[in-house]
Amino acid sequence: MTPWFPRPKQPWQLSRRRFVQGLAAGGVLAATPSWLQAAVKGATALGSAPVLSGREIDLVIAETPVNFTGVTRMATTINGSIPAPTLRLREGDDVTIRVTNRLPVATSIHWHGILLPYQMDGVPGISYPGIAPGETFVYRFTLRQSGTYWYHSHSGFQEMTGMYGALIIEPRAGERHRADQDYVVQLSDWTDEDPMHTFSKLKVQSDVYNFNQPTFFDFTADVSKMGLQAALEKRQMWNQMRMNPTDLADLSAATLTFLMNGTTPAGNWSGLFQRGDRVRLRFINAASNSFYDVRIPGLKLTVIQADGQDVEPVTVDEFRFGPGETYDVMVEPQDDAYTIFAQSMERSGYARGTLSVRQGLTAPVPEPDSPEWLTMKDMMGAMGGGAMGHDMMKMDSMGQTKMDHSQMSGGMAMDHSMHGMQQGSENPLGKPSSTIHHARTEYGASVDQRVDTPSTNLDDPGIGLRNLSQRGLRPQGHRVLTLADLKSIDGVLDDRRPPARELELHLTGNMERYSWSFDGLEFGKSTPVSLRHNERVRIILQNDTMMTHPMHLHGMWSELETAQGELRVRRHTIPVQPAQRISYLTTPHDLGRWAWHCHLLFHMDAGMFREVVVS
Amino acid sequence: MRLIAIKPLTILAFTVGAFPVNTVLAQMDHSEMQMQGGSAPADARDPHAYSDGYTLTEGPYAQPGSRQLKLADEHAFWSILGDRLEYQEDSDSTVYDVQAWYGTTYDRFVIKAEGDIADGTLEESSTDLLWGHAFNAFFDTQLGVRLDQFNEGKDRQWLAFGVQGLAPYWFEVDVTAYVGDDGRTALSAESEYELLLTQRLILQPRAELNLYGKDDADNGLGSGLSYLAVGLRLRYEFSRQFAPYIGVEWTDTYGDTADYRRAAGQDTSGTQFVAGLRFWF
Repeated sequence: MTPWFPRPKQPWQLSRRRFVQGLAAGGVLAATPSWLQAAVKGATALGSAPVLSGREIDLVIAETPVNFTGVTRMATTINGSIPAPTLRLREGDDVTIRVTNRLPVATSIHWHGILLPYQMDGVPGISYPGIAPGETFVYRFTLRQSGTYWYHSHSGFQEMTGMYGALIIEPRAGERHRADQDYVVQLSDWTDEDPMHTFSKLKVQSDVYNFNQPTFFDFTADVSKMGLQAALEKRQMWNQMRMNPTDLADLSAATLTFLMNGTTPAGNWSGLFQRGDRVRLRFINAASNSFYDVRIPGLKLTVIQADGQDVEPVTVDEFRFGPGETYDVMVEPQDDAYTIFAQSMERSGYARGTLSVRQGLTAPVPEPDSPEWLTMKDMMGAMGGGAMGHDMMKMDSMGQTKMDHSQMSGGMAMDHSMHGMQQGSENPLGKPSSTIHHARTEYGASVDQRVDTPSTNLDDPGIGLRNLSQRGLRPQGHRVLTLADLKSIDGVLDDRRPPARELELHLTGNMERYSWSFDGLEFGKSTPVSLRHNERVRIILQNDTMMTHPMHLHGMWSELETAQGELRVRRHTIPVQPAQRISYLTTPHDLGRWAWHCHLLFHMDAGMFREVVVS
Repeated sequence: MRLIAIKPLTILAFTVGAFPVNTVLAQMDHSEMQMQGGSAPADARDPHAYSDGYTLTEGPYAQPGSRQLKLADEHAFWSILGDRLEYQEDSDSTVYDVQAWYGTTYDRFVIKAEGDIADGTLEESSTDLLWGHAFNAFFDTQLGVRLDQFNEGKDRQWLAFGVQGLAPYWFEVDVTAYVGDDGRTALSAESEYELLLTQRLILQPRAELNLYGKDDADNGLGSGLSYLAVGLRLRYEFSRQFAPYIGVEWTDTYGDTADYRRAAGQDTSGTQFVAGLRFWF
């Protein structure tokens, strides 16, 4: 039974501006108990998390009143701050982190992207029983890596109510990139509702937070613009399949307030610099359910790290990232002030902050883009690109720059009949299989669509970010980061063995029933994926849904490869776009049971979750 | 009045009557692509093929004891939808049409309750108590009983079997067949569509029809097509969960039902304005 919670004030009861922008001074209320005051000493400017470092860390989890929108709510916090303290640790150190639970319910902390013994991974029911009320759990592990990571609760929806913080591990050998300023920019989202109530509403009506639905007047506008026939055609497949082309996110500003470093857009988190500084920004998407599209108008962003692992620097103007992902970027600001603008993928709002030479300056804040409809490509993959059912050769123009002779189409996986000619005498596992195998459990009530012609290219920025310059939405030459731009620097991808075997799983869902799963099986019906210790294995993920899923595999790296089997970049969280088929290699070095899930918190909780056994 | 009756019938042809056809066509259309529904081919992948026989509770490194991690797929949820809670002008009566459910994604207990209240008296009501089970992505089968109550007449009990769900092109459909005592049978079908004029202003056409296998003189119901109602309601969603509406509803009765009504000095058809509230939580 869903617990009955007192109804929070509905968003429409607040003024629109205050709801979207939040309170300028919103955040954790000052009335924290004295024992917490001690823990948060070192707190600096508004929205900046305190920094804790050393080999021994104490964290206390408790309920803390917060007010982001004008309404006071209880948050679950770590040491009384949102975000939680930034932990600055050192590669190679053995760390001891004592976590005390002062909540009335069990809790946990998961170290996102950190390689460690499975008992220390912090997933209740898989790594350990969790941390009971009043109990202190001592995490002990050796830091075998460096970079920008984060940590968060893995219990219920506690992450959504404030339990997330940055985890920075300084490399033993020193930073590869010199920076004069170094800021964590942690993006998150907040709801005044009880998250379980929010989730329950989606179970009843999955588009309850979508206020960007196709309307009758959109239709008449299309009719006058493109004619009746075209307007009907534009809608035909969506309506027939009962799919919503505006289903870009499950939640929106109708319930969420978007935060940057725990600060509302009105609060305007600020990071200071001096002209000529090289500024490192460690972007962490700690949101529960929000993809962010991040840009700093006027500044080039040089991406130097993805998910804590150094990449060959790539300079872009904008990037999209989902919950769980991190990007470190270098910027060299010359003007007085710049806006860090992070609009949510469904375009209902944004998080915002400022980089400036002194406190109190602001720069113009862009308007969020108009939301776009998903395209046929997002529903059907490569076949949806406009050449559906016609001349296959047309698809060469669809984006993939080069491919070997056996790969006929731009980023399109072969169907069964074509598969035979694809594999020569070389290692059949030299590149990921393009034969699509739907699971038999994908034909039931849990799955509302299957994709038979997935795209496999990595250079699609995704819905809302395609061809921005051509459409006049950004300056000429505006470059958006894609997965294809990311390449680990030499030495990161140290296991060069080809995979010994290949696993294929499909990401599935039923939007109408609000159920999410792998292979049509939610977690409760699933069995673990069994991996052998130190084997080199390929995982193919095919997204049979119309949403992007940031897939997070605990305990081991996810080493992304191209459809041609070229190893590219090491990640811990890989976004899989609608109707996309991607693959990555992994080597499980650590024994135990691990979680593997979509990092959209509601998708995870709905069942898009697998256990992985390494033995 | 007959002219008015034709209108609802025409609309009905485009709504209720068209759904099964729609569904079938949709499946045929997709027989090549098979993006939805269908049955698994013989070589479909085994979703447990990578488990090496391990389960969530058995095998190396499993946490001791019973399984602790249970996600929302194993939780029960509930909802109450007051689809129509309205005042009907002509009959000076209040109508309720409420559906509630409790259960999981695929199996749930469903209550559908409809009734008329006039002069503070529950004139007649019909309550379905059903067990719903998902049989494909968009439809549930429902099995249970229906309890009919008549203030003036005889109460009836039925066994009920139906399907409810979302048909292609976004039509909400609910069709239930009933078997009662003395060889009575009945069929009721209902369909709704939501036309968003704006994000909050929503026009909802709705059609409902009832058929009976044989005459029920006690309750003034004739065999065959007995009752048809077609309504158009315009609501404003202050929130998605709270929406007052106004509307118009055409109703008509047919065959012996119409005769029974004529004999009782009642109108056999009518058009009336309604005002009400749609809500859910």
